[in-house]
Amino acid sequence: MPTVIPPVPDLNDRYFWDGVQQHKLLVQRCASCGVLRLPPVPMCGACHATEWDTLEASGQGTVYSWILSHHPSVPDDAPRIVTLVQLVEGPRVVSNLVDIAVADVRNDMPVQLCFRTIDGVLLPQFEPVSAAS
Amino acid sequence: MTGAIIAGIGQTEFSKASGRSELQLAAEAGLAAIKDAGMTPADIDGMVTFTLDSNDELLLMRCLGIPELRYWSRTPHGGAGAHTTVQHASLAVRGGAANNVLVYRAFNERSGRRFGQPNQRVTPPGWNAYLPFGLDTPAKTYSLEFQRYMYRYGLTNEDFGRYAVVARRNAATNPRAWFYKQPITLDDHQSSRWIVEPILRKLDCCQESDGGVAMVVTTADRTPDLPHPPARIAAIADGHLVNGSVMFNYYHDDLAEFPEAEFLGRQLYATAGIGPDDIDAAMLYENFSPIVFMQLEALGFCGPGEARDYIRDGNIDLEGKLPVNTHGGLLGEAYIHGLNNILEGVRQIRGDAANQLPNVHNVMVAGGRSGMILTR
Repeated sequence: MPTVIPPVPDLNDRYFWDGVQQHKLLVQRCASCGVLRLPPVPMCGACHATEWDTLEASGQGTVYSWILSHHPSVPDDAPRIVTLVQLVEGPRVVSNLVDIAVADVRNDMPVQLCFRTIDGVLLPQFEPVSAAS
Repeated sequence: MTGAIIAGIGQTEFSKASGRSELQLAAEAGLAAIKDAGMTPADIDGMVTFTLDSNDELLLMRCLGIPELRYWSRTPHGGAGAHTTVQHASLAVRGGAANNVLVYRAFNERSGRRFGQPNQRVTPPGWNAYLPFGLDTPAKTYSLEFQRYMYRYGLTNEDFGRYAVVARRNAATNPRAWFYKQPITLDDHQSSRWIVEPILRKLDCCQESDGGVAMVVTTADRTPDLPHPPARIAAIADGHLVNGSVMFNYYHDDLAEFPEAEFLGRQLYATAGIGPDDIDAAMLYENFSPIVFMQLEALGFCGPGEARDYIRDGNIDLEGKLPVNTHGGLLGEAYIHGLNNILEGVRQIRGDAANQLPNVHNVMVAGGRSGMILTR
Protein backbone atom coordinates (compact mmCIF):
# COMPACT_ATOMS: atom_id res chain seq x y z
CA MET A 1 0.00 0.00 0.00
CA PRO A 2 1.30 3.48 -0.83
CA THR A 3 2.11 5.93 1.92
CA VAL A 4 -0.26 8.88 1.66
CA ILE A 5 0.71 12.37 2.75
CA PRO A 6 -2.63 13.49 4.22
CA PRO A 7 -4.14 16.81 3.21
CA VAL A 8 -3.93 19.73 5.62
CA PRO A 9 -7.06 21.66 4.63
CA ASP A 10 -7.00 25.43 4.95
CA LEU A 11 -9.55 28.20 4.54
CA ASN A 12 -9.36 27.94 0.76
CA ASP A 13 -9.83 24.21 0.24
CA ARG A 14 -11.56 22.89 3.35
CA TYR A 15 -14.84 22.64 1.40
CA PHE A 16 -13.16 20.21 -1.03
CA TRP A 17 -12.02 17.81 1.66
CA ASP A 18 -15.32 18.12 3.54
CA GLY A 19 -16.97 17.07 0.27
CA VAL A 20 -14.65 14.10 -0.04
CA GLN A 21 -15.88 12.89 3.33
CA GLN A 22 -19.38 12.89 1.81
CA HIS A 23 -18.14 11.09 -1.31
CA LYS A 24 -18.54 14.20 -3.42
CA LEU A 25 -16.09 15.91 -5.77
CA LEU A 26 -16.91 19.57 -5.33
CA VAL A 27 -15.77 22.26 -7.75
CA GLN A 28 -15.66 25.85 -6.52
CA ARG A 29 -18.01 28.05 -8.56
CA CYS A 30 -18.18 31.84 -8.53
CA ALA A 31 -21.55 32.86 -7.06
CA SER A 32 -21.55 35.98 -9.20
CA CYS A 33 -20.47 34.89 -12.69
CA GLY A 34 -20.45 31.10 -12.47
CA VAL A 35 -16.81 30.51 -13.44
CA LEU A 36 -15.52 27.16 -12.14
CA ARG A 37 -12.24 27.22 -10.17
CA LEU A 38 -10.26 24.09 -9.43
CA PRO A 39 -7.97 24.14 -7.50
CA PRO A 40 -9.80 26.82 -5.53
CA VAL A 41 -8.76 30.42 -5.05
CA PRO A 42 -10.59 32.90 -2.82
CA MET A 43 -11.41 35.54 -5.45
CA CYS A 44 -12.83 35.23 -8.94
CA GLY A 45 -10.26 36.47 -11.45
CA ALA A 46 -13.05 37.31 -13.89
CA CYS A 47 -15.41 39.41 -11.73
CA HIS A 48 -13.54 39.71 -8.40
CA ALA A 49 -16.41 38.32 -6.34
CA THR A 50 -15.36 36.55 -3.16
CA GLU A 51 -18.71 34.78 -2.80
CA TRP A 52 -18.81 31.26 -4.16
CA ASP A 53 -20.71 28.01 -3.99
CA THR A 54 -19.89 24.56 -5.29
CA LEU A 55 -20.83 22.35 -8.19
CA GLU A 56 -20.86 18.63 -7.51
CA ALA A 57 -18.93 17.07 -10.38
CA SER A 58 -20.67 14.26 -12.20
CA GLY A 59 -17.51 12.21 -11.78
CA GLN A 60 -17.23 11.60 -15.51
CA GLY A 61 -13.99 12.48 -17.23
CA THR A 62 -11.08 11.36 -19.34
CA VAL A 63 -7.39 10.66 -18.69
CA TYR A 64 -5.60 13.82 -19.85
CA SER A 65 -2.19 12.54 -18.74
CA TRP A 66 -0.78 9.95 -16.39
CA ILE A 67 2.40 8.62 -14.79
CA LEU A 68 3.55 5.58 -12.89
CA SER A 69 5.98 6.49 -10.16
CA HIS A 70 9.01 4.26 -9.58
CA HIS A 71 10.29 6.65 -6.97
CA PRO A 72 7.97 6.00 -4.07
CA SER A 73 7.65 8.25 -1.09
CA VAL A 74 8.94 5.45 1.10
CA PRO A 75 11.09 2.67 -0.34
CA ASP A 76 9.23 -0.57 -1.06
CA ASP A 77 5.90 1.21 -1.23
CA ALA A 78 3.54 0.15 -4.01
CA PRO A 79 3.72 2.53 -6.97
CA ARG A 80 0.61 4.50 -7.83
CA ILE A 81 -0.75 5.65 -11.14
CA VAL A 82 -1.16 9.40 -10.86
CA THR A 83 -3.49 10.97 -13.39
CA LEU A 84 -4.64 14.37 -14.50
CA VAL A 85 -8.35 13.91 -15.21
CA GLN A 86 -10.20 16.16 -17.61
CA LEU A 87 -13.64 16.48 -16.01
CA VAL A 88 -16.61 16.79 -18.37
CA GLU A 89 -17.52 20.00 -16.52
CA GLY A 90 -14.25 21.58 -17.77
CA PRO A 91 -11.70 21.74 -14.96
CA ARG A 92 -8.87 19.24 -14.53
CA VAL A 93 -8.13 17.45 -11.28
CA VAL A 94 -5.14 15.42 -10.08
CA SER A 95 -6.07 11.97 -8.77
CA ASN A 96 -5.12 8.31 -9.10
CA LEU A 97 -6.29 5.53 -11.39
CA VAL A 98 -7.44 2.35 -9.65
CA ASP A 99 -8.63 -1.05 -10.85
CA ILE A 100 -6.63 -0.89 -14.05
CA ALA A 101 -3.32 -2.38 -15.19
CA VAL A 102 -0.67 0.11 -16.26
CA ALA A 103 -0.53 -1.51 -19.70
CA ASP A 104 -4.20 -0.70 -20.21
CA VAL A 105 -3.97 3.02 -19.45
CA ARG A 106 -4.56 5.26 -22.46
CA ASN A 107 -4.69 9.00 -22.83
CA ASP A 108 -8.23 10.30 -23.30
CA MET A 109 -9.84 7.07 -22.06
CA PRO A 110 -13.09 7.60 -20.15
CA VAL A 111 -12.92 7.22 -16.39
CA GLN A 112 -15.26 7.85 -13.53
CA LEU A 113 -15.06 8.92 -9.95
CA CYS A 114 -14.90 6.52 -7.03
CA PHE A 115 -13.72 6.88 -3.45
CA ARG A 116 -11.12 4.73 -1.76
CA THR A 117 -9.39 4.77 1.58
CA ILE A 118 -5.65 4.57 0.93
CA ASP A 119 -3.32 4.31 3.90
CA GLY A 120 -6.13 5.53 6.13
CA VAL A 121 -6.93 8.59 4.00
CA LEU A 122 -10.21 8.82 2.07
CA LEU A 123 -9.39 10.06 -1.43
CA PRO A 124 -11.30 10.73 -4.63
CA GLN A 125 -10.01 8.22 -7.19
CA PHE A 126 -10.89 7.31 -10.77
CA GLU A 127 -11.60 3.93 -12.33
CA PRO A 128 -12.18 2.86 -15.94
CA VAL A 129 -15.79 3.31 -16.99
CA SER A 130 -15.92 -0.33 -18.10
CA ALA A 131 -15.06 -1.45 -14.57
CA ALA A 132 -18.01 0.37 -13.05
CA SER A 133 -21.21 -1.41 -12.24
CA MET B 1 20.37 46.29 -24.88
CA THR B 2 19.67 46.72 -21.20
CA GLY B 3 22.97 48.42 -20.30
CA ALA B 4 23.73 45.86 -17.61
CA ILE B 5 26.58 43.40 -17.85
CA ILE B 6 27.82 40.31 -16.08
CA ALA B 7 31.33 41.41 -15.19
CA GLY B 8 32.56 38.51 -13.10
CA ILE B 9 31.78 34.86 -12.45
CA GLY B 10 32.89 32.49 -9.74
CA GLN B 11 32.17 29.04 -8.42
CA THR B 12 33.32 26.29 -6.13
CA GLU B 13 33.94 22.80 -7.34
CA PHE B 14 30.78 20.79 -7.97
CA SER B 15 30.51 17.63 -5.89
CA LYS B 16 28.24 15.26 -4.01
CA ALA B 17 29.72 16.05 -0.59
CA SER B 18 31.46 19.40 -0.28
CA GLY B 19 32.51 18.88 3.34
CA ARG B 20 31.94 22.58 3.96
CA SER B 21 29.01 24.68 5.12
CA GLU B 22 26.68 26.25 2.58
CA LEU B 23 27.82 29.66 3.85
CA GLN B 24 31.41 28.77 3.09
CA LEU B 25 30.44 27.70 -0.42
CA ALA B 26 28.63 31.01 -0.95
CA ALA B 27 31.62 32.94 0.37
CA GLU B 28 34.14 31.09 -1.80
CA ALA B 29 32.03 31.47 -4.94
CA GLY B 30 31.28 35.11 -4.16
CA LEU B 31 34.91 36.01 -3.60
CA ALA B 32 35.90 34.29 -6.82
CA ALA B 33 33.29 36.27 -8.77
CA ILE B 34 34.38 39.58 -7.22
CA LYS B 35 38.03 38.92 -8.06
CA ASP B 36 37.08 37.76 -11.54
CA ALA B 37 35.40 41.14 -12.10
CA GLY B 38 38.61 42.89 -11.05
CA MET B 39 36.87 44.27 -7.97
CA THR B 40 37.23 44.06 -4.22
CA PRO B 41 34.43 43.26 -1.74
CA ALA B 42 34.22 46.98 -0.95
CA ASP B 43 32.88 47.51 -4.48
CA ILE B 44 29.85 45.29 -3.83
CA ASP B 45 26.79 47.13 -2.54
CA GLY B 46 23.96 44.81 -3.55
CA MET B 47 23.08 41.12 -3.23
CA VAL B 48 20.49 38.86 -4.82
CA THR B 49 19.78 35.19 -4.23
CA PHE B 50 16.90 32.71 -4.19
CA THR B 51 14.27 32.69 -1.45
CA LEU B 52 15.26 29.02 -1.14
CA ASP B 53 18.88 29.85 -0.36
CA SER B 54 19.82 29.30 3.28
CA ASN B 55 22.66 31.81 3.32
CA ASP B 56 21.94 35.03 5.18
CA GLU B 57 23.10 38.15 3.38
CA LEU B 58 24.55 39.72 6.52
CA LEU B 59 26.58 36.65 7.36
CA LEU B 60 27.88 36.60 3.80
CA MET B 61 28.85 40.28 4.19
CA ARG B 62 30.91 39.32 7.24
CA CYS B 63 32.60 36.50 5.37
CA LEU B 64 33.50 38.67 2.41
CA GLY B 65 34.16 41.88 4.33
CA ILE B 66 31.61 43.84 2.37
CA PRO B 67 31.33 47.04 4.42
CA GLU B 68 28.01 48.45 3.19
CA LEU B 69 25.01 47.00 1.39
CA ARG B 70 22.45 49.30 -0.23
CA TYR B 71 20.22 46.76 -1.93
CA TRP B 72 19.14 43.16 -1.48
CA SER B 73 16.48 41.03 -3.03
CA ARG B 74 15.40 37.42 -3.31
CA THR B 75 13.51 35.68 -6.08
CA PRO B 76 10.70 33.14 -5.67
CA HIS B 77 10.66 29.47 -6.62
CA GLY B 78 13.64 27.40 -7.75
CA GLY B 79 15.62 27.00 -10.92
CA ALA B 80 12.85 28.00 -13.26
CA GLY B 81 13.36 31.49 -11.90
CA ALA B 82 17.14 31.32 -11.75
CA HIS B 83 17.54 34.09 -14.29
CA THR B 84 15.28 36.36 -12.28
CA THR B 85 18.17 36.93 -9.87
CA VAL B 86 20.14 38.59 -12.65
CA GLN B 87 17.05 40.56 -13.67
CA HIS B 88 16.77 42.00 -10.15
CA ALA B 89 20.47 42.78 -10.14
CA SER B 90 20.38 44.43 -13.56
CA LEU B 91 17.40 46.56 -12.59
CA ALA B 92 19.17 47.61 -9.40
CA VAL B 93 22.35 48.74 -11.15
CA ARG B 94 20.44 50.47 -13.94
CA GLY B 95 18.07 52.17 -11.52
CA GLY B 96 20.74 53.42 -9.17
CA ALA B 97 19.86 51.26 -6.19
CA ALA B 98 23.32 49.72 -6.30
CA ASN B 99 26.54 49.93 -8.30
CA ASN B 100 27.71 46.32 -8.28
CA VAL B 101 25.45 43.44 -7.26
CA LEU B 102 26.60 40.01 -6.18
CA VAL B 103 24.25 37.22 -7.31
CA TYR B 104 24.80 33.91 -5.54
CA ARG B 105 23.35 30.46 -4.91
CA ALA B 106 25.12 27.85 -2.81
CA PHE B 107 23.92 24.65 -1.24
CA ASN B 108 24.72 21.13 -0.17
CA GLU B 109 21.83 19.72 -2.11
CA ARG B 110 23.17 16.19 -2.14
CA SER B 111 24.96 15.82 1.18
CA GLY B 112 22.40 18.01 2.96
CA ARG B 113 18.67 18.14 2.35
CA ARG B 114 18.02 16.36 -0.93
CA PHE B 115 15.85 18.30 -3.35
CA GLY B 116 14.76 15.23 -5.28
CA GLN B 117 13.28 13.51 -2.25
CA PRO B 118 9.80 14.02 -0.85
CA ASN B 119 9.68 16.48 2.00
CA GLN B 120 6.71 15.46 4.08
CA ARG B 121 7.28 17.94 6.86
CA VAL B 122 6.07 20.90 4.87
CA THR B 123 2.80 21.22 2.97
CA PRO B 124 2.96 24.52 1.07
CA PRO B 125 -0.30 26.37 0.43
CA GLY B 126 -2.28 24.77 -2.36
CA TRP B 127 -0.40 21.48 -2.36
CA ASN B 128 -3.32 19.53 -0.87
CA ALA B 129 -4.47 19.06 -4.45
CA TYR B 130 -1.30 17.09 -5.25
CA LEU B 131 0.60 15.61 -2.32
CA PRO B 132 -2.09 13.16 -1.12
CA PHE B 133 -2.19 11.64 -4.63
CA GLY B 134 1.53 10.96 -4.67
CA LEU B 135 2.92 13.99 -6.50
CA ASP B 136 5.65 14.51 -3.96
CA THR B 137 8.84 14.95 -6.02
CA PRO B 138 9.75 17.27 -8.90
CA ALA B 139 10.24 14.25 -11.17
CA LYS B 140 6.61 13.29 -10.69
CA THR B 141 5.03 16.72 -10.82
CA TYR B 142 6.75 17.67 -14.06
CA SER B 143 6.20 14.27 -15.66
CA LEU B 144 2.45 14.72 -15.55
CA GLU B 145 2.95 17.55 -18.05
CA PHE B 146 5.64 15.78 -20.08
CA GLN B 147 3.45 12.71 -20.62
CA ARG B 148 0.90 14.77 -22.53
CA TYR B 149 3.70 16.17 -24.70
CA MET B 150 4.88 12.64 -25.47
CA TYR B 151 1.34 11.55 -26.28
CA ARG B 152 0.62 14.54 -28.48
CA TYR B 153 3.71 14.08 -30.64
CA GLY B 154 4.33 10.35 -30.28
CA LEU B 155 7.63 10.53 -28.42
CA THR B 156 9.15 7.72 -26.39
CA ASN B 157 11.65 7.84 -23.57
CA GLU B 158 14.35 6.89 -26.09
CA ASP B 159 13.83 10.23 -27.78
CA PHE B 160 14.59 11.99 -24.51
CA GLY B 161 17.69 9.82 -24.18
CA ARG B 162 19.19 11.46 -27.24
CA TYR B 163 19.34 14.72 -25.31
CA ALA B 164 20.90 13.03 -22.29
CA VAL B 165 23.62 11.59 -24.51
CA VAL B 166 24.46 15.07 -25.84
CA ALA B 167 24.55 16.56 -22.34
CA ARG B 168 26.85 13.86 -21.04
CA ARG B 169 29.08 14.09 -24.11
CA ASN B 170 29.55 17.81 -23.44
CA ALA B 171 30.16 17.18 -19.73
CA ALA B 172 32.73 14.56 -20.57
CA THR B 173 35.05 17.22 -22.00
CA ASN B 174 34.33 19.86 -19.34
CA PRO B 175 36.71 19.55 -16.36
CA ARG B 176 34.27 21.47 -14.13
CA ALA B 177 31.54 18.89 -14.73
CA TRP B 178 30.78 16.20 -12.15
CA PHE B 179 30.50 13.75 -15.04
CA TYR B 180 33.80 14.81 -16.63
CA LYS B 181 35.19 11.96 -18.74
CA GLN B 182 31.98 9.96 -18.23
CA PRO B 183 29.96 10.03 -21.46
CA ILE B 184 26.97 7.72 -21.90
CA THR B 185 25.47 5.85 -24.81
CA LEU B 186 21.81 5.62 -25.69
CA ASP B 187 21.95 2.02 -24.46
CA ASP B 188 23.22 3.25 -21.10
CA HIS B 189 20.29 5.61 -20.96
CA GLN B 190 17.77 2.98 -21.92
CA SER B 191 19.09 0.56 -19.32
CA SER B 192 19.00 3.07 -16.46
CA ARG B 193 16.10 2.52 -14.10
CA TRP B 194 12.73 4.14 -14.38
CA ILE B 195 12.11 7.07 -12.09
CA VAL B 196 8.69 7.93 -13.52
CA GLU B 197 7.37 5.48 -16.11
CA PRO B 198 7.06 5.92 -19.05
CA ILE B 199 8.59 9.38 -19.00
CA LEU B 200 11.84 9.61 -17.05
CA ARG B 201 14.71 7.23 -16.51
CA LYS B 202 17.46 8.02 -14.04
CA LEU B 203 19.67 9.47 -16.77
CA ASP B 204 16.93 11.97 -17.70
CA CYS B 205 17.18 13.58 -14.27
CA CYS B 206 19.40 16.45 -13.23
CA GLN B 207 21.84 15.80 -10.44
CA GLU B 208 21.63 16.63 -6.81
CA SER B 209 24.83 18.61 -6.30
CA ASP B 210 26.86 20.41 -3.68
CA GLY B 211 28.37 23.69 -4.79
CA GLY B 212 28.26 27.44 -5.01
CA VAL B 213 27.97 29.82 -7.96
CA ALA B 214 28.16 33.61 -8.04
CA MET B 215 28.19 36.51 -10.48
CA VAL B 216 28.81 40.25 -10.34
CA VAL B 217 26.29 42.35 -12.25
CA THR B 218 27.06 45.97 -13.01
CA THR B 219 26.91 48.47 -15.86
CA ALA B 220 29.53 48.92 -18.54
CA ASP B 221 30.14 52.60 -17.81
CA ARG B 222 31.12 51.85 -14.21
CA THR B 223 33.74 49.32 -15.21
CA PRO B 224 36.03 50.58 -17.95
CA ASP B 225 38.90 48.29 -16.98
CA LEU B 226 37.39 44.84 -16.69
CA PRO B 227 39.90 42.00 -16.80
CA HIS B 228 37.55 39.97 -19.01
CA PRO B 229 35.25 40.90 -21.86
CA PRO B 230 31.84 41.48 -20.28
CA ALA B 231 28.74 39.53 -21.17
CA ARG B 232 26.23 42.19 -22.01
CA ILE B 233 22.62 41.49 -21.09
CA ALA B 234 20.79 42.23 -24.31
CA ALA B 235 17.43 41.23 -22.86
CA ILE B 236 16.17 39.66 -19.66
CA ALA B 237 12.63 38.80 -18.63
CA ASP B 238 10.25 36.58 -16.73
CA GLY B 239 7.24 34.92 -18.32
CA HIS B 240 4.28 33.98 -16.17
CA LEU B 241 0.66 33.50 -17.23
CA VAL B 242 -2.66 33.33 -15.42
CA ASN B 243 -3.64 29.82 -14.39
CA GLY B 244 -0.02 28.77 -14.68
CA SER B 245 2.03 27.06 -12.00
CA VAL B 246 5.73 26.39 -11.60
CA MET B 247 5.42 22.91 -10.13
CA PHE B 248 1.91 21.94 -11.25
CA ASN B 249 1.37 23.57 -14.63
CA TYR B 250 -1.68 21.50 -15.48
CA TYR B 251 -4.33 24.02 -16.37
CA HIS B 252 -3.48 25.60 -19.72
CA ASP B 253 -5.50 24.35 -22.68
CA ASP B 254 -2.77 22.21 -24.26
CA LEU B 255 -0.06 20.84 -21.98
CA ALA B 256 2.02 19.81 -24.99
CA GLU B 257 2.81 23.50 -25.32
CA PHE B 258 4.84 25.73 -23.02
CA PRO B 259 3.10 29.10 -23.27
CA GLU B 260 5.21 30.70 -20.52
CA ALA B 261 8.37 30.00 -22.52
CA GLU B 262 6.71 31.35 -25.67
CA PHE B 263 5.88 34.54 -23.78
CA LEU B 264 9.45 34.72 -22.50
CA GLY B 265 10.86 34.28 -25.99
CA ARG B 266 8.63 36.97 -27.47
CA GLN B 267 9.86 39.46 -24.88
CA LEU B 268 13.53 38.56 -25.21
CA TYR B 269 13.59 38.68 -29.01
CA ALA B 270 11.67 41.97 -29.08
CA THR B 271 13.98 43.65 -26.58
CA ALA B 272 17.18 42.35 -28.15
CA GLY B 273 15.92 43.04 -31.67
CA ILE B 274 16.98 39.62 -32.90
CA GLY B 275 15.33 36.27 -33.56
CA PRO B 276 15.99 32.59 -32.97
CA ASP B 277 18.21 32.36 -36.06
CA ASP B 278 20.58 34.92 -34.52
CA ILE B 279 21.23 32.79 -31.43
CA ASP B 280 24.57 30.97 -31.56
CA ALA B 281 24.11 28.72 -28.54
CA ALA B 282 21.47 28.02 -25.92
CA MET B 283 21.77 27.07 -22.26
CA LEU B 284 18.37 25.59 -21.46
CA TYR B 285 17.50 24.75 -17.86
CA GLU B 286 16.77 21.06 -17.66
CA ASN B 287 15.67 19.61 -14.38
CA PHE B 288 14.59 16.75 -16.64
CA SER B 289 15.43 16.13 -20.29
CA PRO B 290 11.90 16.61 -21.75
CA ILE B 291 11.91 20.30 -20.83
CA VAL B 292 14.69 20.88 -23.37
CA PHE B 293 12.37 19.65 -26.11
CA MET B 294 9.52 21.87 -25.03
CA GLN B 295 11.79 24.93 -24.74
CA LEU B 296 13.36 24.39 -28.16
CA GLU B 297 9.86 24.57 -29.62
CA ALA B 298 8.50 27.36 -27.44
CA LEU B 299 11.54 29.59 -28.01
CA GLY B 300 11.18 29.19 -31.78
CA PHE B 301 14.28 27.13 -32.55
CA CYS B 302 12.05 24.55 -34.21
CA GLY B 303 8.34 24.08 -34.74
CA PRO B 304 5.82 22.35 -32.46
CA GLY B 305 6.57 18.66 -32.24
CA GLU B 306 9.81 19.05 -34.18
CA ALA B 307 12.29 18.92 -31.27
CA ARG B 308 12.64 15.14 -31.52
CA ASP B 309 13.95 15.32 -35.08
CA TYR B 310 15.85 18.54 -34.40
CA ILE B 311 17.85 16.79 -31.70
CA ARG B 312 18.15 13.47 -33.51
CA ASP B 313 19.54 15.27 -36.56
CA GLY B 314 22.39 16.75 -34.52
CA ASN B 315 21.30 20.39 -34.43
CA ILE B 316 22.08 20.75 -30.70
CA ASP B 317 25.50 19.09 -30.89
CA LEU B 318 28.64 21.21 -30.48
CA GLU B 319 29.00 21.19 -34.27
CA GLY B 320 25.30 21.76 -34.88
CA LYS B 321 23.17 24.72 -35.80
CA LEU B 322 22.33 25.53 -32.16
CA PRO B 323 24.67 23.93 -29.62
CA VAL B 324 22.73 23.40 -26.38
CA ASN B 325 24.14 23.13 -22.86
CA THR B 326 27.73 23.08 -24.04
CA HIS B 327 28.97 22.52 -20.45
CA GLY B 328 26.85 19.41 -20.00
CA GLY B 329 23.85 21.14 -18.50
CA LEU B 330 22.29 20.27 -15.20
CA LEU B 331 22.37 16.60 -16.15
CA GLY B 332 26.08 16.55 -16.81
CA GLU B 333 27.82 19.44 -15.08
CA ALA B 334 25.90 20.02 -11.84
CA TYR B 335 22.58 21.25 -10.55
CA ILE B 336 23.22 24.60 -8.92
CA HIS B 337 19.61 25.56 -9.48
CA GLY B 338 20.36 26.72 -13.03
CA LEU B 339 22.81 29.49 -12.15
CA ASN B 340 25.68 27.43 -13.53
CA ASN B 341 23.97 27.60 -16.93
CA ILE B 342 24.34 31.38 -16.83
CA LEU B 343 28.06 31.02 -16.09
CA GLU B 344 28.42 28.86 -19.18
CA GLY B 345 26.65 31.51 -21.22
CA VAL B 346 29.13 34.10 -19.98
CA ARG B 347 32.07 31.83 -20.78
CA GLN B 348 30.88 31.23 -24.32
CA ILE B 349 30.60 35.01 -24.80
CA ARG B 350 34.08 35.56 -23.33
CA GLY B 351 35.60 32.75 -25.33
CA ASP B 352 36.98 30.65 -22.49
CA ALA B 353 34.46 27.80 -22.17
CA ALA B 354 35.71 24.25 -21.87
CA ASN B 355 33.89 23.40 -25.08
CA GLN B 356 34.35 26.79 -26.67
CA LEU B 357 32.34 27.44 -29.81
CA PRO B 358 33.67 29.64 -32.61
CA ASN B 359 32.20 33.09 -33.25
CA VAL B 360 29.69 33.31 -30.44
CA HIS B 361 27.78 36.59 -30.43
CA ASN B 362 24.43 35.81 -28.86
CA VAL B 363 23.60 33.16 -26.26
CA MET B 364 20.11 32.30 -25.05
CA VAL B 365 20.06 31.32 -21.39
CA ALA B 366 16.55 30.26 -20.44
CA GLY B 367 14.62 28.33 -17.86
CA GLY B 368 11.21 28.24 -19.48
CA ARG B 369 9.70 31.05 -17.48
CA SER B 370 12.78 33.23 -16.98
CA GLY B 371 15.73 33.90 -19.20
CA MET B 372 18.10 36.27 -20.92
CA ILE B 373 20.02 36.86 -24.11
CA LEU B 374 23.71 37.50 -23.50
CA THR B 375 25.74 39.21 -26.20
CA ARG B 376 29.27 40.38 -26.78
